[in-house]
Amino acid sequence: MLSKYIFYFLSSVAIYAALMVLISKKPIHSVLYLTLAFFAIAGHYILLNAQFLAVVHIIVYAGAIMVLFLFTVMLLNLNIEGEFPKKNIIKFAAVIVGGLILITLIGTFRTYDLEIIKNPTLNQIGLVKNLGKVLFKEYLLPFELCSILFLAAMVGAVMLGKKDIQ
Amino acid sequence: MTEEKKTYTFTTRSKVVSNKKMTFMEKIYFPAIIKGMLITFSHLFKKKTTIQYPEVKRNIAEIYRGKHVLKRDDEGRERCTACGLCALSCPAEAITMIAAERKADEMHLYREEKYAKVYEINMLRCIFCGLCEEACPKEAIFLTNEIVPSNYERENFIYGKDKLVEPMDKDKRIDISKRQTTAVLEFKKDKNQSHNN
Amino acid sequence: MDYSFIIYKFTLATVILIISLVVAMYATLIERKMAGFFQDRHGPNRAGKFGILQPLADGLKLFFKEEFMPQSADKFLYILGPSLTMLIALLTSAVIPWGSSIVIGGTEYSLQIADINIGILYVFAILSIGVYGIMIGGWASNNKYALIGAIRAASQMISYELAMGMAIITIVMMTGTLSLGEIVAQQHGFNWNVWYQPLGFFLFLVCAFAETNRAPFDLPECETELVGGYHTEYSSMKLGFYLFAEYINMFISAAMISSLYFGGYNFPFMDDLGLSHNALSLLGSLAFFVKITFFGFLFMWVRWTLPRFRYDQLMRLGWKTLIPLAIVNVIITGLVLMIKNHM
Repeated sequence: MLSKYIFYFLSSVAIYAALMVLISKKPIHSVLYLTLAFFAIAGHYILLNAQFLAVVHIIVYAGAIMVLFLFTVMLLNLNIEGEFPKKNIIKFAAVIVGGLILITLIGTFRTYDLEIIKNPTLNQIGLVKNLGKVLFKEYLLPFELCSILFLAAMVGAVMLGKKDIQ
Repeated sequence: MTEEKKTYTFTTRSKVVSNKKMTFMEKIYFPAIIKGMLITFSHLFKKKTTIQYPEVKRNIAEIYRGKHVLKRDDEGRERCTACGLCALSCPAEAITMIAAERKADEMHLYREEKYAKVYEINMLRCIFCGLCEEACPKEAIFLTNEIVPSNYERENFIYGKDKLVEPMDKDKRIDISKRQTTAVLEFKKDKNQSHNN
Repeated sequence: MDYSFIIYKFTLATVILIISLVVAMYATLIERKMAGFFQDRHGPNRAGKFGILQPLADGLKLFFKEEFMPQSADKFLYILGPSLTMLIALLTSAVIPWGSSIVIGGTEYSLQIADINIGILYVFAILSIGVYGIMIGGWASNNKYALIGAIRAASQMISYELAMGMAIITIVMMTGTLSLGEIVAQQHGFNWNVWYQPLGFFLFLVCAFAETNRAPFDLPECETELVGGYHTEYSSMKLGFYLFAEYINMFISAAMISSLYFGGYNFPFMDDLGLSHNALSLLGSLAFFVKITFFGFLFMWVRWTLPRFRYDQLMRLGWKTLIPLAIVNVIITGLVLMIKNHM
């Protein structure tokens, strides 16, 4: 019962935040609203008993990626009016592109039969143990490939940090 | 071999900056950090150097140059004759005075025919060098080992005669004999000098 | 739902909240006292005996100071910054096991508010969003120094989070659990993690200094360069929140170090004392607070000994020393665990 209300609350927060990302004038506000949306989604994960996913979602998206976004936006100083020329033809093109994407998405999801999970709180798939088993048994190769990609990125960052490399 | 550079030092403590490559032990910083931490730790048990001011006062030398006093002579007459030599000698230009002529009924108040009606020292300007004391021909102004107290208003730092002249009462006179050299004290015993009357 | 359970959890949460606030309050006094002692001074000793009322006087002063807000500040974010910093600083204490458990009337009451099975990750998540308060406050002030402070805080946090995460990963690999309660329970007696993970402990310690913005890593509020850093434009209790959150963070970090590496509420020879369960728990909690006090002291000791890093040195240390060391540590731990499992 309580989880139903929490679900509605989180959903409205998520939708409101997502809308505000687009509506707010200041880029910093957009970034912060996006962070709020991520938190609302993390709340949904917890409602689905997927605590691990929720926390990792916060660490990766809210904790790392959004901080970097905020960092960049702060440095860019995008507050100046008229940064982007908003000609009518550009607006027109944007509407067409956005509309097409919406139609594609609707078309894709219409044919899908979305599975409704019964009793989400009893569902154990989001817990660390089950998730670990799935990752390391069924999806071992993609997981390892991802790790290697990350390691390469980290080594690359260290290399970029070195000044006197030829 | 490169020519040996001559280094000049300006003080005995100055060190020449060296950009030598650090050794591995120096690069990991740890020995230095631990050494520094032990030094600070040893200071936890050292004697505190603070003097707890209002309760404990630090000893001040008897010849300390603090707040000024305008002396009276033995009969309680002000010694100052408003000659202006102190104001002239003052490097900070802290002293101002207005002279006036002594009236017949003021003989018991002022020693000389001319006296200072107004005598002001701006304690914010004063640098307590003691040149006024040296310049005074009448032994009228002296510095004492009292400290000028703090105040909230700048005006209150201009000390007039009300604060500078020593009290008439013989017991409350300010003793400045410690500030004078033995030669001066010897000279003061000579009653033939008009100065000492 | 069992009401006594809710009441018990609520009481525990309140008690721990009050304890962390009082400890942080007196940490400000102890910090100033320590600074005095390290420099052959007395430190504050006028407000009450040994300055025992100094934190109250400071708090009162901060409350009565003028509330100032820059004209061009972003009003909402300007207020959100310090509030968020305070909120996030207080969140972590929920998963730290402050003691084992107390048995009253046959029911066992755990001295941990929430033993969630991903406790370590929760702490790490809170840590990673901790920078938001500083960044928002620094940006909303609309001041160059504050902005630079905020940017420094962000990049410093991100850089040191990586090494810290890797240091924690070795603990997770060793103990095989993400729950803080279980990690502490596994270090029974004198079987502390620090004996197995000295390098990991060291990395965690250095990163904890960086994450709490304490000297020698206090570049976000570096007075010599940035006036006051991210809180340049803050005054009154908003500034108080920022300063106070730093001490709460310090307290929580000390608690984390103690529970991850120094056995939390465990202490040597705890089984040989022959005490009852409850007495042992209380003694354990006391031992935990002794450990926290020691690490709090270490934080202050380092602050009043070491000079501040230069910014490039900070980045070099983080990316080119700590992260490679952390990776090596992970590899070594993995190898040792593998060899152990095959023997």
